[in-house]
Amino acid sequence: MARVLVGVKRVIDYAVKIRVKPDKKGVVTDGVKHSMNPFDEIAVEEAVRMKEKKIASEIIAVSCGPAQSQEVIRTALAMGVDKGIHVEIPAAEYETLQPIHVSKILAKIAEKEKIDLIIVGKQAIDDDSNQTAQMTAAVLDWPQATFASHIEKGDKELTVKREVDGGMETIKCKIPAVISADLRLNEPRYATLPNIMKAKKKPIAKMTPKDLGVDISPRIEIVSVEDPPVRQPGVILPDVDALVGKLKEGGHI
Amino acid sequence: MMSVRTLSKCIVTATQRKRCLRYFSLHRLPEGHLALQAVAKRFAADKLKPIAAELDREHRFPSEQIKELAELGLMAVTADERWGGAGQDTLALAVAVEEIAKGCGGTGAIVSIHNCLYVDLVNRFGSDQQKEQFLKPYTDGTLGCFALSEPDAGSDVGSMLTTARLEGDHYVLDGTKSWVTSGTEGKAAVVFATVDRSLKHKGITGFLVPMCSDGLSLGPKDDKLGIRAAPSCNMYLEGVRVPKDDVLGEVGDGFRMAMKQLDKARVGIASQALGIGQAALELAVGYASQRKAFGKSINQMQAVKMRIAEMALRLESARLLVYRAAVLCDEEDRSTKESSMAKLAASEAATHVTHSCIQILGGVGYVTAMPAERHYRDARITEIYGGISDIQRLLIGDIVIKQYE
Repeated sequence: MARVLVGVKRVIDYAVKIRVKPDKKGVVTDGVKHSMNPFDEIAVEEAVRMKEKKIASEIIAVSCGPAQSQEVIRTALAMGVDKGIHVEIPAAEYETLQPIHVSKILAKIAEKEKIDLIIVGKQAIDDDSNQTAQMTAAVLDWPQATFASHIEKGDKELTVKREVDGGMETIKCKIPAVISADLRLNEPRYATLPNIMKAKKKPIAKMTPKDLGVDISPRIEIVSVEDPPVRQPGVILPDVDALVGKLKEGGHI
Repeated sequence: MMSVRTLSKCIVTATQRKRCLRYFSLHRLPEGHLALQAVAKRFAADKLKPIAAELDREHRFPSEQIKELAELGLMAVTADERWGGAGQDTLALAVAVEEIAKGCGGTGAIVSIHNCLYVDLVNRFGSDQQKEQFLKPYTDGTLGCFALSEPDAGSDVGSMLTTARLEGDHYVLDGTKSWVTSGTEGKAAVVFATVDRSLKHKGITGFLVPMCSDGLSLGPKDDKLGIRAAPSCNMYLEGVRVPKDDVLGEVGDGFRMAMKQLDKARVGIASQALGIGQAALELAVGYASQRKAFGKSINQMQAVKMRIAEMALRLESARLLVYRAAVLCDEEDRSTKESSMAKLAASEAATHVTHSCIQILGGVGYVTAMPAERHYRDARITEIYGGISDIQRLLIGDIVIKQYE
């Protein structure tokens, strides 16, 4: 049976209207509704289903961030994860935390906890990086099965159907491996009231990147954050000649 | 000169101080309750809100959704874990009911009444044997009902006409009960009848009665103004035999039991009112930010701002009263004053908010294409059932007068 590590990220809720901060250095997060990244929910659900099928023995959820990140760990625990690890990162440093840092953190934890399978969401809905799974696999020198929409676990290998631009691809890879969950992998469950109450008693271990020997000094500097340009209205033209004329004027043809 | 008696009332005991701290900390729900609120909110948004209009239009019972709510543990929130309940407090129930009612007022009513007036009642007053038969099977989505009111006895329920005649080791029940929520779906009911009319309310006794009992029949579903997803009907009892073992609590203690249970049921109804009100508030605010008139969004206009502020204030004030009543309900033997205040405040807030919501929406608030009219219709019942507002005022007045005498 596999030991599974699931990465969960606390992001601004998908339904919230995002507002850029007045100082243009980021978006407003204070008092804004946050929840678990939807793709991470799918990852947690997959891990819990594996445990129910007795393919997985223990599931550990990890989140990197300030104190509030614990909320999503609790949600994961309420869905059926066994224990949590909160890698505490102060708010200021969290602004410049990148997948390169997170992947190193996950890799170190995977080694410490003797993990066989890492499952993360394919990307976070705030930065849309789509890098953590791939980088983590590279750091560990493990195979990766990204954009998974169906997973079958054999004794020593995984058969994964991936949704790629060209269609569906089925690959086999050895375990241990890193998987990233795509939308159609499963439909996450609602936490039941008994499980929410049980989750309160499950442990969340705390550690810092320093404890793991990972350097999280920023590799990037946020120069500015701006709203996308307002869409300009179109123009209705009387005939094709006018259209061609306008296109020539605009230097498009 | 202060008497010793007055002075002793001023000294706050350690227990009271601890309780005070609990009240004040209610500005933020505890973590577990927040998690439950998040789940209920999501379930309501995903599974109830999309079908609420249809359920209302078709007067349809949400069977599938009730089963799913049961799987989440929300159909037996306060029952002991031993009997299949979630073993949670009244505050958890209040939080869950509000979110569910926000998605669908009728479903909120079903969940609230099943939890507060059946499950919790049996959990509190039933014997182990009764709980085995009448509680355990009712935690998985199977519904239980509460039959207290009668066509000729609502507010004056103490003068009920349904009788229970002792015959050997059975009671025989005869009479008519009205407004039995989920009567057409339920498998059992707590039925109140009097063993001796001359004892007035001291003769009233609660009985656990399976709906399939001989002599028990139901009238047609009430065609209601609102909460149409929650069916209600009359219950006719003609020589219904109930074993003595199925008396809930003590003979003659039914009135006290029902009144005590209403302390909790009023919290449930109040939570339902909050949910309906909240749905209407959010609808109104959303609309006001989109609708343009006289060159700007109407939410820029003072008349609309004032209205929104009043709606939010009334809802928020009521919510604090509801949370307080929910906590007190578990900590004290009776929380009558607070429960009545909560129910009164929340129900009147809900009718105010839903009324104002239609006003802000204008013409579209009046048509079925928008949910405003349904919220308006759903809210109205909360000022009536669980004790009409007038009764709540009398209760509160009596208690306050006694308190400060």
